[in-house]
Amino acid sequence: MPEAKGKVSGPHSENRIAFYGLSTCIWCKRTRQYLESEGVEFDFAYVDLLQGQEREEVLSRIRQWNPATSFPTIVINDTQCVVGYRPEELKEALGL
Amino acid sequence: MNGEAVIPSEKIDVLYKRLYQEAEAAGYHLNPDQEFTRGLVEGLLTNEQRYGYWACPCRLATGDKQKDLDVICPCDYRDADLVQWGACYCALYVSDEIRQGERQAESIPERRPPEGQRLQDRPARAPARPGGEPALPVWRCRVCGYLCAREDPPAVCPICKARRERFERFW
Repeated sequence: MPEAKGKVSGPHSENRIAFYGLSTCIWCKRTRQYLESEGVEFDFAYVDLLQGQEREEVLSRIRQWNPATSFPTIVINDTQCVVGYRPEELKEALGL
Repeated sequence: MNGEAVIPSEKIDVLYKRLYQEAEAAGYHLNPDQEFTRGLVEGLLTNEQRYGYWACPCRLATGDKQKDLDVICPCDYRDADLVQWGACYCALYVSDEIRQGERQAESIPERRPPEGQRLQDRPARAPARPGGEPALPVWRCRVCGYLCAREDPPAVCPICKARRERFERFW
């Protein structure tokens, strides 16, 4: 089981990336593995492991970008959002 | 860490085998990517531990069974997603095409309606039909569409193994 939230450091730190996932979701796991394999720096939160007020706050942040609040949701520089396991879209959006 | 008990790998094996046999017997297929599928089975067991039921590993459960009813695995959306995308939302179940390796399972859009518009949010329907009442009530499995005419729905759907609470009055 991953930590509920945290930061992964990496050489690609030029973008501000927020990864929102579920700890039980394999598409989320694949997406995170992709980001890590590309050396991308990102903040992460697993919503199923958060509780109460904190969970609600994170959910309302996700909802702004992805009203269905489905996972994974990756928000890039507060300007762009990628939903689901989409390595090609991430590659393009992050300039990898 | 969050203090959750780790699911032993033997438990994952047992459920994986059971789901595989049940799927094949009923004309469904598990995702042939074993690492992927075992991960989802682990997610089902984690959710059973957390909530007491198999909430979809790729959807956020509320912990309120009545609210999560449509996404208890197999979910209400599986069969429609299998037809349209060749895989269910979490890709535990796949089409024959994907099982044969002719197509890859992908991350697909969410079919589940927003809160307030789901089947469990609406009053139970027993549609009026001309010609009076049937001799017996007809029950429909919301997961696979199985119909049966009897006083009460079965405890478990004989086709897809969904539990009794997933049946609705059809006629």
